[in-house]
Amino acid sequence: MWEKKPILLLVLATAAIMVGTTVTMIVPFMSVNTDADKIASVKPYTPIQQEGRDLYIREGCNNCHTQTVRPLVSEVLRYGEYSKSGEFVYDRPFLWGSKRTGPDLARVGGKYPDAWHYKHMDSPRAMIPGSNMPDYGWYKKNPLDPKMIQRKMEVLGFPYTTEQISALADKNEMDAIVAYLQKLGSDIPWRKAAKTTIVGELKNPFVGNKSAIEAGEELFENNCEACHGENLEGGIGPELTDIDMDDSDLYQIIYNGIDDGGMPAFGSLGTNKVWQLVNFLKSGDSD
Amino acid sequence: MEKPQYNTDIVKSFVHWSVLWGLVAVLVGVIVSIQMTNPEMNFPPYLTFGRLRPIHTNAGIFGWGVGVIFATFFYIVQRLCKVRLWSDKLAKFQLYFFNTTITASAVTLILGFTTSKEYHEMEWPIDLMIIILWVTFAINIIMTIIKRKEEQMYISLWYMLAAIVGVAILFLVNSAAVPVSFFKSYSAFAGTNDANVQWWFGHNAVAMVLTAPPLAMFYYFLPKSTGVPIYSHKISIISFWSLIFMYLWTGAHHLLWTPVPDWIQTLAMAFSIMLIAPSWGSVINGYLSMKGQWHQMRENYLVKFLILGITFYGLQTLQGPMQSIRSFSAFIHFTDWVPAHIHMGTMGWVSMVCFASIYFLVPRIYGKELYSIRLANLHFWLALTGQLLWSISLWIAGVLQAGMWNAMNPDGSLTYTFMETMVEMYPYWWVRTIGGTLFMLGVIVFIYNLFKTAHNGEKTASLAATAEGRA
Ligand code: HEC
Ligand code: HEC
Ligand code: HEM
Ligand code: HEM
Repeated sequence: MWEKKPILLLVLATAAIMVGTTVTMIVPFMSVNTDADKIASVKPYTPIQQEGRDLYIREGCNNCHTQTVRPLVSEVLRYGEYSKSGEFVYDRPFLWGSKRTGPDLARVGGKYPDAWHYKHMDSPRAMIPGSNMPDYGWYKKNPLDPKMIQRKMEVLGFPYTTEQISALADKNEMDAIVAYLQKLGSDIPWRKAAKTTIVGELKNPFVGNKSAIEAGEELFENNCEACHGENLEGGIGPELTDIDMDDSDLYQIIYNGIDDGGMPAFGSLGTNKVWQLVNFLKSGDSD
Repeated sequence: MEKPQYNTDIVKSFVHWSVLWGLVAVLVGVIVSIQMTNPEMNFPPYLTFGRLRPIHTNAGIFGWGVGVIFATFFYIVQRLCKVRLWSDKLAKFQLYFFNTTITASAVTLILGFTTSKEYHEMEWPIDLMIIILWVTFAINIIMTIIKRKEEQMYISLWYMLAAIVGVAILFLVNSAAVPVSFFKSYSAFAGTNDANVQWWFGHNAVAMVLTAPPLAMFYYFLPKSTGVPIYSHKISIISFWSLIFMYLWTGAHHLLWTPVPDWIQTLAMAFSIMLIAPSWGSVINGYLSMKGQWHQMRENYLVKFLILGITFYGLQTLQGPMQSIRSFSAFIHFTDWVPAHIHMGTMGWVSMVCFASIYFLVPRIYGKELYSIRLANLHFWLALTGQLLWSISLWIAGVLQAGMWNAMNPDGSLTYTFMETMVEMYPYWWVRTIGGTLFMLGVIVFIYNLFKTAHNGEKTASLAATAEGRA
């Protein structure tokens, strides 16, 4: 029957297509982005953050970076608290991505100080040898267009002040992308909640162990040098040459980081490696 | 029969242009592959990985894939309906407009005008062009079918019609956006809703562009090449209807473990597994149509391309459902495994069937024997080796990467930092570049062979009839 009637075939095919479409694409609008998944602390983007987001889209950062942390043990350890639907209500378009050539960025906000991002965007490989992220130093040469940004805010219906707009006049694209990166995933106070409170007495298992110091040195090169310098002379982070802290305080700083101070937490390295770092820093051997 | 009947000129033109876009797609593919191992090969602002990768994917799917769909459908529809194309003028307009659209897409993407939604990156003015293009195509095909002289519609026509409505619905919904300026718009949907709509679109672009139309070609060109009809009409009917029904439920298998509601993920998982049946319906139908004809695998290069293509399709539609299972997705999602899946589909299945279709048509639209069967065989081996190197190296890479991302120490900490896992990928990405280069050489041999056929091929009487549109 339908094999002889093209219009009938078209109608039937449309009907077949619309069943799954209705159930899995149309019906979800009734529950997603409603009060059910709302999070009060999630705020719309400010003008400079929104512009940074549009620059992220323009450069196709989403081709290498994802922005959604799945509720899997290793993933939460590596990137932070898993993503919630309510955190994305102001995202047009969504930027979850499909390929992690670089690390997930859903929770990168607050992980590093601004200075780290300026340096990293300028030349990723100067900081992280082996990275394949392109250089974006040229962002600094491009000024922002406050009029256009104001228009974007109007279209999106996000609140803004005239001061925020006029402040854009002497900012460049690099400022915008960094502002955006620092907002990512930080609307919910997950960092504080993720801090491990260490119970009981901390005891250094490697006192006087030479190979632990060497292992610590290598860990330092891979994880800390970018901020504390090749010879512990400091840079983005402070100089670490003579530390007079006891082992357990040092351990706590490395394990949990320093809130709002720009020192990331390295607990995911594991207890042993953190102790090796402690022993290296206390050894006073900086070359 | 009346004198010149079919329009072959339009088929010729679409073959030329789609092949050219195919070359662009693989060339940019090789370039982005090199950029992943050699970041100094990024030339900002225009030629960076982030801007070139979407040009690769869109040139591959729309320039090459859809270009060949236009060429072959115009060829097939006239013959299955036994009438000339409904409107030559409209088809000519479509040709110019197609090239304008693809060029405009490439230029705007390089300039950084993008929506970031995968396979839908082009900004709204180009969306409008794509809509005009598709409507033009749809009208011509549907009107030709309506005035056909052959009452029964062959399988290929069903898939064509389904693809025509399918693409229209998907594209229109996913295009919904609010423009800010000529080159910038914001999606009409936000966050989780946007993700769900996007992957309903994304996966069904696979169904309606990379599955249904190549199946239409396969069902037409396999029997034409072997001289034996398709094994079972009943299997064809069941596969067709269940395929177009089930595909639409599965988009969320791209979003397993994300904030998208669980029940959508579960439905997607279940329907993806059920999809094995209709997919393999076509695979089995293809294999059984070869009964008693397997010797042609050795003798007939067209059959080689087609049977290898359907075999890759069979593997693809087993691997895909496996990836849709939550536990497996937890492991391989976001890793290099996924590009390996994609390229078995695009290089193995879609491109192989496109190559075969073009090898079949070019002698018939030029009235000349193929210039060199040896070169066609060389092309076959380059394409096959290239694709296997590409996918196998990245499957291994993906498993290794997933294993390292998930590795944990006894004390519950992670074994590897991100960079320790990332640098392990470099050797595999190198092998991928080599595989891609072989594949690209194959495409160059292919184009050379077609060119020589058109200019130096041997004229034969039987082919002359098809070339003049009389058969
Ligand atoms: C070719 C792939 C690629 C592209 C394109 C890319 N990146 Fe990266 N990115 C990486 C890799 C790999 C790393 C990890 C090594 C490093 O830090 O450089 C990284 C790291 C980062 C980090 C640090 C994340 C962390 O948690 O340490 C940020 C922030 C970042 N990228 C932002 C961006 C932005 C913004 C863009 C677009 C302007 C971008 N990236 C484009 C590959 C890429
Ligand atoms: C993103 C840059 C960055 C990285 C990477 C980094 N740090 Fe820091 N670190 C800082 C900053 C900034 C401070 C200062 C924080 C403050 O005092 O508010 C700091 C402070 C410290 C302190 C306390 C110094 C003091 O005198 O109070 C120690 C110890 C330390 N870091 C060790 C490490 C170790 C060990 C690593 C590698 C595992 C590391 N840091 C990696 C930025 C970094
Ligand atoms: C010479 C052959 C090819 C090479 C070297 C190549 C290379 C690449 C590379 C390097 C990527 C990026 C992968 C990543 O981000 O990790 C990619 C992605 C992609 N390619 Fe190709 N490609 C080739 C052929 C094709 C063809 C013929 C098509 C389509 C018809 C195609 C479609 C795609 C698609 C759809 C993606 C996106 C993958 C995703 O979203 O994860 N490719 N390709
Ligand atoms: C039964 C059929 C199929 C199923 C169930 C299926 C399933 C999947 C799944 C689950 C993914 C997501 C992987 C991930 O990101 O974790 C995927 C990606 C993909 N598949 Fe398939 N697949 C099927 C057939 C095909 C075919 C025939 C093609 C043809 C080329 C294809 C092309 C793609 C592409 C291009 C992507 C990448 C999307 C992206 O992330 O950008 N698939 N598939």
